[in-house]
Amino acid sequence: MTDAATDGLAAAPGKKKRSSLLELDARTKRRNAAEARFKAYGIIAITAGLCFLVGLVWAILSNGLPAFQQAVVKLDYTMTQEQFDEAEAAVLKTAVYTDQFVAYFSDRVREQGIEAEFDADTIERLLGKVGGTIRAFYRENPDHIGQPVAFELSAASRVDRYLKGTFDRGDVSGEGNRFFVPSDFDLVDTLQEAGFIAQVFNWNFITGVDSGVDNAGGAGIGASVLGSFLMMIVVLLLALPIGVAASIYLEEFAPKNWFTDFIEVNISNLAAVPSIVFGILGLAVFIQFAGMPQSAPLVGGLVLTLMTLPTIIISTRASLKSVPPSIRDAALGVGASKMQAVFHHVLPLAAPGILTGTIIGLAQALGETAPLLLIGMVGFIARYPDSFLGGFEGPNSAMPAQIYNWASRSDVVFTEKAWGGIIILLIFLVSMNLIAILLRRRFERRW
Amino acid sequence: MSTNEIKISAKDVQVYYGETHAIKDVSVDIEDKTVTAFIGPSGCGKSTFLRCINRMNDTIDVARVEGEIKLDDEDIYDKDVDPVQLRAKVGMVFQKPNPFPKSIYDNVAYGPKIHGLAKNKAELDQIVENALKRAALWDEAKDRLQAPGTGLSGGQQQRLCIARAVATEPEVLLMDEPCSALDPIATAQVEELIDELKQNYSVVIVTHSMQQAARVSQKTAFFHLGNLVEYGETGQIFTNPNDKRTESYITGRIG
Repeated sequence: MTDAATDGLAAAPGKKKRSSLLELDARTKRRNAAEARFKAYGIIAITAGLCFLVGLVWAILSNGLPAFQQAVVKLDYTMTQEQFDEAEAAVLKTAVYTDQFVAYFSDRVREQGIEAEFDADTIERLLGKVGGTIRAFYRENPDHIGQPVAFELSAASRVDRYLKGTFDRGDVSGEGNRFFVPSDFDLVDTLQEAGFIAQVFNWNFITGVDSGVDNAGGAGIGASVLGSFLMMIVVLLLALPIGVAASIYLEEFAPKNWFTDFIEVNISNLAAVPSIVFGILGLAVFIQFAGMPQSAPLVGGLVLTLMTLPTIIISTRASLKSVPPSIRDAALGVGASKMQAVFHHVLPLAAPGILTGTIIGLAQALGETAPLLLIGMVGFIARYPDSFLGGFEGPNSAMPAQIYNWASRSDVVFTEKAWGGIIILLIFLVSMNLIAILLRRRFERRW
Repeated sequence: MSTNEIKISAKDVQVYYGETHAIKDVSVDIEDKTVTAFIGPSGCGKSTFLRCINRMNDTIDVARVEGEIKLDDEDIYDKDVDPVQLRAKVGMVFQKPNPFPKSIYDNVAYGPKIHGLAKNKAELDQIVENALKRAALWDEAKDRLQAPGTGLSGGQQQRLCIARAVATEPEVLLMDEPCSALDPIATAQVEELIDELKQNYSVVIVTHSMQQAARVSQKTAFFHLGNLVEYGETGQIFTNPNDKRTESYITGRIG
């Protein structure tokens, strides 16, 4: 065996034929085939990834876009002073408002030549508790009494869903129920043809606040957008300076010994700690120990700061490391102090990387839900904070927590809101990433 | 032949990188208004020794320097000496041109600015102009002072770095293989410049090119394996070295 092999080796040079460059030998063929296979794997992987992405975007858009549309009843309504006084004098005030509205609405509908019978129940099925809405408007704007006011009253959720095609005649069995009866479908059709009911862009979804089950269609994400925004301010103000200062010290000044190695390893580990751990830490330290308010964006921001710091430190150190040492030498060589070298030369060169890392960290924090659940930022928030500063310590929610909250409610209208909320959240995330890219381009192009 | 006074005096200098003994017992007197060349094979310690003269080795954690280096009879490793002040007196030009990614003007003005050499903009302008003139870059750069320094050619960048170094009015100029990244024409320009600079400064240049050492220097020091083997007049080192190792290196048998 051994001899044969040796013989073979020894004989090989003698046997070697002159090969032509025009013919592929077996070895080259195998190598080329392997390369072609590898390229095919790559293309398959990318195609699969794109398919998932398309499916995801399609699911989000098809489920979420209806949340931005809303069925409303449009009506020019005039209330006289006598009607106002009469209603305010009654015991069941909103009932009187409703009756007045029903009478007025019936007249307008008949003027259009539509034969339809209205009573307060029908109006409630179509429009919800309209008396309360009207009363609230005139109590806040008493100067509008006696003048025509263009009302856009949001339709009940079933009317809304009927117009969006997610609720149809098959969903109401027999005589119907107190929410909807079969004849309402015809009524809605007629009113839509006559222009009383229309679909409009739902600004309330973007600017409004959360609402209860009786008014699912009126729920908006505005307050939780504010909550997220306040948290991001806290994160930016704390995580950026702390993270950058820590990175500069570790990277440029700290001696390299076992202690700084230990810190370095731990920062890397912190970046991998599950976010819910930061949540329970925040609950224990900030709320239970330090006595900070529950559900407050300030506490949420502190928790997300802890979570974002490792990301910022790691990316800042990476961008400081990528600044060529020759720049430091050059600065030190003309007699700059270490700090001057860092602040005048190294930091400006590292800035694009630091900014990108910070924005990516913020985007990550923006989408984080788990820690917020533990510090109570997942409650029912039905109003905006009274003041900007008060917003930091007052109870609020955040976009992902609000989405989670809606998704866990039973009414399908809230499910639609959850998908719509995802679109808003994604718009924020994509814009932040775009800003990161633009900033990097801008700063890198300068030289 | 040379009657210049001694600018830098090193005595029994030892440098350690961790466990490695990189410079062994180096004693040398470097004269004022003279070009001194350090030659020797790679890794012989010539750059390390050069970096001791303006304490750039301080930036390396594991480096340790022992012995005594005196600049005008003051020990630069004295604990009262701030390396930042020392480096204003002992300028340095590096192997690879390393202009700051700023304008030509800002590159030259940076040193004078941080050392407070100019009281106002007009003075600073004058310092920048003088430095660029001394580095033979003024004619090429005067119309584009606000253009980025990194946009210049390699040779121009190196002359910009020299201008940056002379702008702080140093007394000694250290050059660590300043021409190794340059083409022959740019090299010739820099060498001409070095010859000019010796009117005002003590110039120490590390070079791998023996021809360059012969062309620009008056004194030459040959380093080998961390030892200073021979130090003397350039002409004598190249024509009639005392040490066998120097002769071998110069004739191309080692290194």
